Amino acid sequence: MTATSPYLTLAAVLFCIGLYGALTKRSAVMVLLSIELMLNAVNLNLVAFSAGGWLPSLAGQTFALFNIAVAAAEAAVGIAILIAFFRSRGSSEITDMTTVGGGRRRGRAQ
Amino acid sequence: MSTVTQWAWLIPVFPLAAFLVLIALGRASARTAVFVSTAAGAASFALAVAVAAEYVRGAEDYTYEGPVWLRLGDTALRLGFELNRLNALMIVVVATVSLLVLVYSAGYMRGDPRIGVYYAYVSLFSASMFGLVMSAHLVQLYVFWELVGLGSFLLIGFWYAKPEAKAAAKKAFVMTRIGDAGLLAAILLLFWNMPDHALDFTSLHNAFADGRSPVSEPMTTLIALLVFLGAVGKSAQLPLHTWLPDAMEGPTPISALIHAATMVAAGVYLVARMYDLFLASPEAMAIVAYIGAVTALMAATVGAVLTDIKRVLAFSTVSQLGYMMMALGAGAYAAGVFHLFTHAFFKALLFLAAGSVIHAVHTQDIREMGGLAARMRTTAATFAIGALALAGVFPLSGFWSKDAILASVLEKDVLLFAIGVTGSFVTAFYMARLFFLTFYGPRFEGGGKREPAESPAVMTVPLVALAVLSAVAGFIEWPTGWFDEWLGRPKGHESAGWPVMMLTTAVALAGIAAGWALYGSRRAPRRGPVGRTSALYRLLERKYAFDEIYEATVVRPVRTLAGWLAVLDERTVDGAVRAVAAATVAFGRFTGRLQNGQVQTYGVAVLIGLVALIAVAAGRGIWS
Repeated sequence: MTATSPYLTLAAVLFCIGLYGALTKRSAVMVLLSIELMLNAVNLNLVAFSAGGWLPSLAGQTFALFNIAVAAAEAAVGIAILIAFFRSRGSSEITDMTTVGGGRRRGRAQ
Repeated sequence: MSTVTQWAWLIPVFPLAAFLVLIALGRASARTAVFVSTAAGAASFALAVAVAAEYVRGAEDYTYEGPVWLRLGDTALRLGFELNRLNALMIVVVATVSLLVLVYSAGYMRGDPRIGVYYAYVSLFSASMFGLVMSAHLVQLYVFWELVGLGSFLLIGFWYAKPEAKAAAKKAFVMTRIGDAGLLAAILLLFWNMPDHALDFTSLHNAFADGRSPVSEPMTTLIALLVFLGAVGKSAQLPLHTWLPDAMEGPTPISALIHAATMVAAGVYLVARMYDLFLASPEAMAIVAYIGAVTALMAATVGAVLTDIKRVLAFSTVSQLGYMMMALGAGAYAAGVFHLFTHAFFKALLFLAAGSVIHAVHTQDIREMGGLAARMRTTAATFAIGALALAGVFPLSGFWSKDAILASVLEKDVLLFAIGVTGSFVTAFYMARLFFLTFYGPRFEGGGKREPAESPAVMTVPLVALAVLSAVAGFIEWPTGWFDEWLGRPKGHESAGWPVMMLTTAVALAGIAAGWALYGSRRAPRRGPVGRTSALYRLLERKYAFDEIYEATVVRPVRTLAGWLAVLDERTVDGAVRAVAAATVAFGRFTGRLQNGQVQTYGVAVLIGLVALIAVAAGRGIWS
């Protein structure tokens, strides 16, 4: 049996890095990048469990392939939306993507 | 026999109804206000005279106990009213002066935009005064006592745009409140100590009759003195007298009604009503007599130097009330009440005549007056009658009542008699001074004022009526002794002997002569006997510096304390409230950061929630 722990650990680490990036990066492109990172970490997880783990089967690897396809589609759509937003708003920062006040202006005293 | 008396409860109801109607009408037209109030006043007057006539014919005392008003444990206080001879007399006095003042005010207050409010307040005051006089027990009397004080406050401060008027109204109310606190303490002490906790006057009479007392001797004296404290406040005796001169800021008809004839007489009335209590405590009687005497003399001396016509009359009122208290304290019940009766008429007359003068020349400073007798004949004549009555000149009413007082006091205590006679001299002197400076002498060129003319009939007719009353009211004593017997107290002395009568008349004439010599005759210097700058003059002019003393010893410390308390209130109490508010706002602001429209913030929230959920689930061992 292949040891799954190292793969799971790596996947977890990558997922956390991706999560951190998705939640803190100001640039929307970086956020999309981080989302891709999270998806890839999930792929690693799926493949690791498909090989070792509790119920090894081929389903994991199939799922991972589907995931890659979905990730690619989603990235394309995301970039398209981002470009449209940039064209209308003139900025690609996450903090500007709100109609509620209190984004970048949060820094000043109320 | 008491067929009219059972309707006596209507006497306060008429003016009360007038008050309610006028308040409801708001900015009533002047004619409506005058009509409504005067009609009510006339109705009360007619009924009061009818009731009094019954009592003159010898009706029994009548008490009506109405519905239960307040239950205190086992006892119950009832609304009700009581009529007896003292009451009936007071009711007539109040009703007469009220009616005349109502008529007079139609002329004096003409053109005032708030005349409807004025008449409403006067009606309220009348209703309260009647209620006070007709009360059957002490608590009801106290309620009306306070209401009368309220009426006085409202009317003194009627022209509230004047800061002096506002200050005077507050001063009057606060000073009488000090007295009222004493009266309340007395009521409480009586409530605790009286058998059955009864506070109605019949029970009080029975408990204290013949010099007995249900409580110990010191307690009796204490209660009597506390009641007297209430009277001191309301009747402006030493040391609570300084509000009355300031109360002259109110309209002159009010000064006549409230501060000459009725409200200030309420203190004397209270002592008379509670007379059995006082008789049970000789020490209290002595204190009453001496305070009355000292007040009488002191106020008279101040009246001799003041230049405001109304303030001279105010101090005169204080002085005459002192005479009444002196009489009551010396055991001369009938004399004191008799003087109250006559004083109401001639003092009201003097005030209304002064009002007529003020109305004509638009000033209250007698140094700016002079030579008015020719132009204002009726006013001058009626003022002269009032002044002579006040000075106690035969055969006007004041002579009889003041003589009765002095004669009774002579038997009791020679010192009181001496003070009384000296006071008489000064009284005659200052009235002569006032009369001559106002009505005679060279006309002061006051700088373009309108030519003073006699006042309209609506003002002069009451003056004439009061002048007639001032002249003849004294003859109620004829045949001698009838009045005293009727009031129910033995006179305790034989009718005033000739020596006393001659002495008092001589003293009064001497005072008038002195006044004429200094102010009336053609070569009169029109200045007082003491130089303007002498220490005595300055002391008198400052009214013995009572106001200054009170300012320094009472007002300033209280203000300082109030200042400290205000700071404490601002910092600690308000500070605590503000701190709570600030904490709430801060908390709100803090949690508001959660709703900032940022996706990443919401993502963090989701993450935290998910982690928490997993931790809980893992902790419980349940996979949800």
